[in-house]
Amino acid sequence: MSACLDIRSLSAVLPNGQRVLRSVSLSVQPGEVRALVGESGAGKTMIGKAVLGVLPSSVRIVEGDMLLEGEDLGRLAPKARRTLIGARTALIPQDPLTALNPSRRIGPQITDRLVRILGWSGERADKRIRQLLDAVQIRDPERVLKCYPHELSGGMRQRVLIAAAFAAEPRLIVADEPTTALDVTVQKQILRLIAQLQRDHGTAILFVTHDLGVVAKISQKVSVLYAGKVVEEAATADLFTAPQHPYSRALMAATPRYTDPLASLKPVDDAVLAGLAAEIAAADQAWRRPHG
Amino acid sequence: MDEARMARRGVGPRLWLAGGWLLLALLAAILAPLIAPQDPLAQDLMLERLPPFWLDGAEPGYWLGTDSLGRDLLSRLIFAGRIAFIVAFAAAIAACLVGSALGLIAGYFGGWADRIISRIVDIWMAFPPVLFAILLVAVLGTGLSSVIIAIAVIDWTRFCRVIRAEAMGQSRMDYVENARIAGYGRIGIMLREVLPNVVPSIVALLSLDMGIAVIVEAILSFVNLSISTDDPTWGGIIAEGRLSIHQAWWVLVFPLITLILTVLSFSQFGEALKARFDPVLR
Repeated sequence: MSACLDIRSLSAVLPNGQRVLRSVSLSVQPGEVRALVGESGAGKTMIGKAVLGVLPSSVRIVEGDMLLEGEDLGRLAPKARRTLIGARTALIPQDPLTALNPSRRIGPQITDRLVRILGWSGERADKRIRQLLDAVQIRDPERVLKCYPHELSGGMRQRVLIAAAFAAEPRLIVADEPTTALDVTVQKQILRLIAQLQRDHGTAILFVTHDLGVVAKISQKVSVLYAGKVVEEAATADLFTAPQHPYSRALMAATPRYTDPLASLKPVDDAVLAGLAAEIAAADQAWRRPHG
Repeated sequence: MDEARMARRGVGPRLWLAGGWLLLALLAAILAPLIAPQDPLAQDLMLERLPPFWLDGAEPGYWLGTDSLGRDLLSRLIFAGRIAFIVAFAAAIAACLVGSALGLIAGYFGGWADRIISRIVDIWMAFPPVLFAILLVAVLGTGLSSVIIAIAVIDWTRFCRVIRAEAMGQSRMDYVENARIAGYGRIGIMLREVLPNVVPSIVALLSLDMGIAVIVEAILSFVNLSISTDDPTWGGIIAEGRLSIHQAWWVLVFPLITLILTVLSFSQFGEALKARFDPVLR
């Protein structure tokens, strides 16, 4: 069976020629959750955007393939690519406050896609959305469907967005730090909902996060990203018991612990960073040779 | 909506006062032949420079007095309102359609479309607007349609600039990206996702621009470049009033007050409407 998502040595550059993604390879098997961890600016979100075809216009893909269920996105005509991405993927965004159109009511806003893009009947779409609102534990769907986004709390909006993401039965969901913008107490519930729906629907998820606690809870596989390069790839359990790369070890060590939060909160070691810088430089050197 | 919150933000009285004046002036203009006490063009040298009703020497039936040719000032103001409103609506709507469409395209699509449209706007705005209008009317010839065209031609840039900036801001929002991922086409996204969110600004600007159109029309009338000199216009009456300011101040003061109230009402009405239309402010 082919992978749900297969990214093969993907490189992207900024207009000044700097690489923001450095020959990234990763795959997500059907029904699997792969976490993508790294610090801010490591390119986690960039990979998600590349898959969904919404990279900023300044970022250019210069190398590599992305296969969505065996179909090479790079080889499709733009229109066919949009249709494929629209039908097979969905996004759970980072910030639920800006991810809903403020001037449209929730109901039409989230059913519209099913009807207009996927060609469902209005009745079927409506039924489906209600099922999912129920699944994300929204108690009064009638009211919520009639609300404007600003009338709902951040947690409620994220529930709505999760429901909308799963509604069209996508094969792959990109979850871009879906809990970062939320309250700590709400974060847990949202995470549990995503995990629950993921199991029920068997959806593959590319889960972008910087929170190792979240990684441990939700994912089966992890890719550790630094400066747009995958420095370690492992099964989640293995990464937590025996991290191979020094940077992964440093990340593990830097996770704050409840017993002694201040002492355990330490920055990544200088020696590790120097090692990483050398590794990146070497990779760029090797990459530049054939690419001029 | 919560009444207390509305009152605190001053939406209520502002909307009603401004809207009330506009409605009054508009009704008066529409019903001019029925309600004007006198024929606005009838001259009577026996009745020249009658003062308004509360001063000595006023004639009944000539509420705001007469000008130096004995024409009734109130009737002239009412009839002049017709031209003011026709010009305000037609010119502002034309400017709005052109400017908003181009602004939306520039703001949403960015890139070359934006560069071309923005350069045109920059160049356009380098012309002094009133002189530009005067020049246009001089070229097109006087008349109602020339005045409307001239005002639309100088005012579309205002819409274009503001709507471009708004559309640009909206286009960066995640919901636009979401629509893109879901597979919507770009034009569909522009119309369905972006446009509704800039409508409050369009409404506010439209109303503001009607006020500006009234001013520009008055300026054109003032320099005798509006429509034919027979029909009274607020600018025309002001120009006449200026000549007899020492003998009959009312001929200058009343049209000025009318003009100021109307322009102010348009801008306030727009702001108040915007606050009402905006789902987030609401």
